[in-house]
Amino acid sequence: MDKLRLRFAKTGRAVYISHLDLMATMQRAFARAGYRLQYSEGFNPHPLISILLPLSVGTASVCELMDFRLREDADLQTLPVRLTEALPEGLRVLEAYVSERKSAELKWLDVRGRLEYDRGLPAPEDLTAFFSQPEIVIEKKTKRGIGMADIRPAIDRIALCAEDGCIRVDARISAQEPTLNPELLAGALRQLNPALAPDFAAFTRLETYDRDHRIYR
Amino acid sequence: MDKKLERILPRVQKPARYTGGEYNQILKDRDAVDLRLAFCFPDTYEIGMSNLGMSILYQTMNSLPFVWCERVFAPWGDMYAEMKQAGIPLYALESGDPLSCFDSIAFSIGYEMAYTTVLDMLDMAGLPLRSADRPALLPLVWAGGTAAVNAEPMAPFIDLFIIGEGEEVNNEVLTLLRQAKLENWSKQDFLRRAAQIGGVYVPSLYEVSYRDDGEVAAVTPKDGAPAKVLKRIVEDLDASPFPTRPVVPSTEVVHDRVSLELFRGCVRGCRFCQAGHVYRPIRAKKKETLIRQGIEALQNTGYQELTLLSLSTSDYRELPALCDGLLEYCEERSIGLSLPSLRADNFSMELMQKLQKVRKSGLTFAVEGGSQRLRDVINKNVTEEDLLNTCAIAFSGGWNNVKLYYMLGLPTETDEDILGIAAMANEVLHCWRVHAKNKNRGVRITVSTSCFIPKPHSPFQWEAQISLDEYRRRVELLRGAITAKNVVYNWHDAETSLIEAVLSKGDRRVADAIEWVFRDGGRLDAWTDYFSFARWMEAFEHCGIDPHFYANREIPTDAVLPWDHIDVGVRKRHLLRERERACRAELSPDCRRQCSACGAAGLLKEGRCDG
Repeated sequence: MDKLRLRFAKTGRAVYISHLDLMATMQRAFARAGYRLQYSEGFNPHPLISILLPLSVGTASVCELMDFRLREDADLQTLPVRLTEALPEGLRVLEAYVSERKSAELKWLDVRGRLEYDRGLPAPEDLTAFFSQPEIVIEKKTKRGIGMADIRPAIDRIALCAEDGCIRVDARISAQEPTLNPELLAGALRQLNPALAPDFAAFTRLETYDRDHRIYR
Repeated sequence: MDKKLERILPRVQKPARYTGGEYNQILKDRDAVDLRLAFCFPDTYEIGMSNLGMSILYQTMNSLPFVWCERVFAPWGDMYAEMKQAGIPLYALESGDPLSCFDSIAFSIGYEMAYTTVLDMLDMAGLPLRSADRPALLPLVWAGGTAAVNAEPMAPFIDLFIIGEGEEVNNEVLTLLRQAKLENWSKQDFLRRAAQIGGVYVPSLYEVSYRDDGEVAAVTPKDGAPAKVLKRIVEDLDASPFPTRPVVPSTEVVHDRVSLELFRGCVRGCRFCQAGHVYRPIRAKKKETLIRQGIEALQNTGYQELTLLSLSTSDYRELPALCDGLLEYCEERSIGLSLPSLRADNFSMELMQKLQKVRKSGLTFAVEGGSQRLRDVINKNVTEEDLLNTCAIAFSGGWNNVKLYYMLGLPTETDEDILGIAAMANEVLHCWRVHAKNKNRGVRITVSTSCFIPKPHSPFQWEAQISLDEYRRRVELLRGAITAKNVVYNWHDAETSLIEAVLSKGDRRVADAIEWVFRDGGRLDAWTDYFSFARWMEAFEHCGIDPHFYANREIPTDAVLPWDHIDVGVRKRHLLRERERACRAELSPDCRRQCSACGAAGLLKEGRCDG
């Protein structure tokens, strides 16, 4: 069968499931729902599933994408419901479809963040000013140790406002090349302007876009 | 989710083990049940979620409509520190509610090294450690599991122990507790009534007196409690509930697979083995039941592996037919079938070859003793010839990784027996040279030794453990004798074994040391990361307890044993007889060849022992 794509949400208690554990959980959920995944050939066959943008532990999402192949044809209309019933709390399949677009075409992500301050909120304008600087160079862990990186080009747009006793962040950030972990928005504050740094930050991925800022599926 | 928890979880290792929400978890309306039960496993989530007993009892207790049983595990050190820092009490995974919301706290204690973690979990729940300091009926703190066959070291902390298998008796206790709660009984009233239920041991209803030489003088029941608490069992395993819908962890645990229990008990009667005696009588499940339950569990979990559990898998009468039945389902779905605890015989090897066509895991053989004489002493009916024949089949079949397990310090062991281990490893190596299909791949033979721990209710319960220094000398002796470079020698540290011996054979006085260790920060003692020998020795000294009295002293056979009032079904007379045969290096036939009238069949009202 064709390459299929799943769009799913990972929220609530499920945000603490790591990427590798999520792969195992998905694999089992397909089996529980009665779908047979296609496996790779070779000595150590593994199911052909891949998640387009691995999500860090603790970050929620309502726009996760996963590619998979089934051994038999399946009704893609009923698959989301059947698979969701076989998933643990917090994982919900939104749709399943034949995917045509390459994963490399995915470029931007809309994220929403909640910044918590235990000793009073900073002025949103100060935060906006911080993220409007022409360069935001921070220390970043890379495969080869710690390096310096400017995260500003990876932020297409960002808006901050006070809401429910927290600061709400809405940003469109680069999903790939370079990848910006939204956690680094809070991390940049901690490194460069501790007075504005939140005591806790939690992010949710909202939507995926291509290079031209059109919704990516 | 709790706000405080939300801040902590991103910082700790493997946070998914602290959140609950897994597939097949059981959720109920907390206001619609009469009893809330926190079912605690005194170790990490990864260990507890791999425990079949936990999974079975989670289901049987939740089958009572008036009970909501939730799971609780001990947090790893990082999470423990974060919880303490943030003031988060221990909570149950399903509801996230702190243990203070629960009517009852139950522990499954499978091994003695978990004792300090039991105290730690009580403390994290905000409860006084000692039963006497918890005068109210609720929360009732109770415990069961293999360690309960000598419950004495934990007796002051636990209100009530379950002796034996919990499927039925747990629900009887919960039914009585519900009545007690609804009718406002006192804790004393409840415990007195509960002690009348078969398999229930209420330590506070037994007075223990000691002699001047330190031995137990007498254990005296009061308030109508039975003089001996007889172990409970499930008679018909086919009719007994089996969790075909177990909770599936969303994070990797020790065993991510479906476990099928073939039978309980063991026909072999190895004289050092506690499990082989306390799980009698032998009761097997029908292969039809197993195949049905296995397939159901695979469908309900989505696991890619199925394993067959028992103390000695190759003693299951219908094993080939069972494997065929399961393979029929598994093979076309790429589900692996694994068989642990096989014996070193040809039959088992043929089966292994059938199961592991592509990937060949290592083979492990528990040889236990280095000479035929010593193996006869312990009644481990494995000959060197059996082992070498099996290895020959394995090596010619493409295996190249063999592990050999032994114990050092078994009764009557001599240096000659120890050198026999090295000689045997060399024989296995030679066998590989003769039979290996592809010698370029090399071979790895691992010899592991642990220190013999005499265990209650085994024929060796009266035996002394060798001293630390003597164990170390024997390790060095063996180390020097293992010279082949393809043979790797690992030895288990004896310090843990000494503590385990004290906790296994201890009486109520040992409780003080357990509490002292806990108060000094001891928890998760089953982990080398946390175990501190120095702390235990300090605790013994501080509490005036001589650990060598418990571990390294041979107990006279006419002494009152601290666990004599616990009756596991096997007669003390049988254990003594077996010990005498051991002294003469005399084998006893396995139960299938000749019943030894151990007494365990008396636990069966109608069924027959499958021995």
